Amino acid sequence: MFKRAEGDARASVTIHVEGRAITAREGDTVSAALLASGLDVRRATAVSGAKRLPYCMMGVCFDCLVTIDGVGNRQGCLVPVAEGMQIEIQKGKREIGK
Amino acid sequence: MMKDYDVAVVGGGLLGSAIAWGLGRLGQRVAVLDEGDIAKRASRANFALVWVQSKGLGMPAYTGWTVRGSKAWPKLAEELKAQTGLDVVLQQNGGFHLTLGEAEYEQRTQLVARMHNQVGAADYQMEMMSATEVKKMLPLIGPEVSGGSFCPYDGHVNSLRTFRALHAGMKRFGVDYLPERAVSAITRDGDEFRLTTAQGEIRAAKVVLAAGNANETLAPMVGLSAPMGPTRGQIVVTERTMPFLPHPLTTIRQTDEGTVMIGDSKEDELDDRVQNHPINAVMSDRAQRTFPHLARLNVVRSWSGIRVMPKDGFPIYEQSQTHPGAFVACCHSGVTLAANHAFEIARMVKEGALEPELVGAFTAKRFENAAGVGGSGYY
Repeated sequence: MFKRAEGDARASVTIHVEGRAITAREGDTVSAALLASGLDVRRATAVSGAKRLPYCMMGVCFDCLVTIDGVGNRQGCLVPVAEGMQIEIQKGKREIGK
Repeated sequence: MMKDYDVAVVGGGLLGSAIAWGLGRLGQRVAVLDEGDIAKRASRANFALVWVQSKGLGMPAYTGWTVRGSKAWPKLAEELKAQTGLDVVLQQNGGFHLTLGEAEYEQRTQLVARMHNQVGAADYQMEMMSATEVKKMLPLIGPEVSGGSFCPYDGHVNSLRTFRALHAGMKRFGVDYLPERAVSAITRDGDEFRLTTAQGEIRAAKVVLAAGNANETLAPMVGLSAPMGPTRGQIVVTERTMPFLPHPLTTIRQTDEGTVMIGDSKEDELDDRVQNHPINAVMSDRAQRTFPHLARLNVVRSWSGIRVMPKDGFPIYEQSQTHPGAFVACCHSGVTLAANHAFEIARMVKEGALEPELVGAFTAKRFENAAGVGGSGYY
């Protein structure tokens, strides 16, 4: 599991993952915050439903796809966290209307 | 390289590989002479409809041939699956052409009436539906949709997997697939044809020209003609989304894996390396007016492709009078007609004669006295 580096003095930001509040740090990407949360944040892929976590963390592999504030298929590794952000772990294909 | 074959098929696209697969299935020794990966290939650019409605205005025989192809598709899909294990996901539960606004609805209504009134055409039960009726079957249509036509025979398939399955199947039937063998000359020498390629000569008792637009150049080498009027089409593809479209449309379909394909442009262009972006914008705009929720989706791919389009839009199947054993086949609908090519055309080529009652209407002789003939073959 991931552990935050000691002495990280950045301010806390609260985001919500499937409705559950977690503490991230200012400047985290959504993917970094999810990985650091200790929760099971694996998404299911669109075709086979295989479980995946963020991988490349630089916008290339698209394994970090996640629903952010009601918008599906966003690349979590490219989006900085913001106070009150609502995250849903994506289960398969992007949902209609999300 | 020299090797004797019963049949040399020139062209390894959907049409050529369907015929070659069908010939291999009948125990023929077949070589497929194909270009390479950079060939302009409608087989990889197409929209993958198995489509019946509105085909054949101006040529009733084409409606019959199309209905026959549609009805034979399940047999092709089953045989490919049994042989190769590949599921081409054929779906034939009917398809729509939707209209936006009243003027388009009126225009479509008139077209449906003209199709119904055409003497000698197969009845394929195309009917107009009001927006209310359409909404019962496609609940996510937007307020601008005025209705549309529905045909119960229409459907779609995974055409890339079909292409792969035909090639895998050909191999299992012992067909020799020979890429990078563009044919530069064909001559008849006694009982056999000699086909010249940069990598040597191929000899065969019969030859089938299935080289798409290149048929226009190849056909005269064996006393045939194939006047082509190729057009460019563009396709826009969205990211995968949950299934929302249980029936394909002429312009929008959702693949088995969830992507949404948007298409149906036509331009008199031959360059498939570029796209006309305003056309993509119009197609995308119409798609999101048809299904407003599509506006949220990201586009992940778009491309242009060249249709194989005989000059009047209808197929050409012809056998040579001067060079017995030479055949030409070209058509726009390599997906829709794949089963006809695999079962009927292959059988006729093996037997050495095209059957007039099945394909007589598709002779290229129709172009001889038809100055200025033109059209698209479907509307």
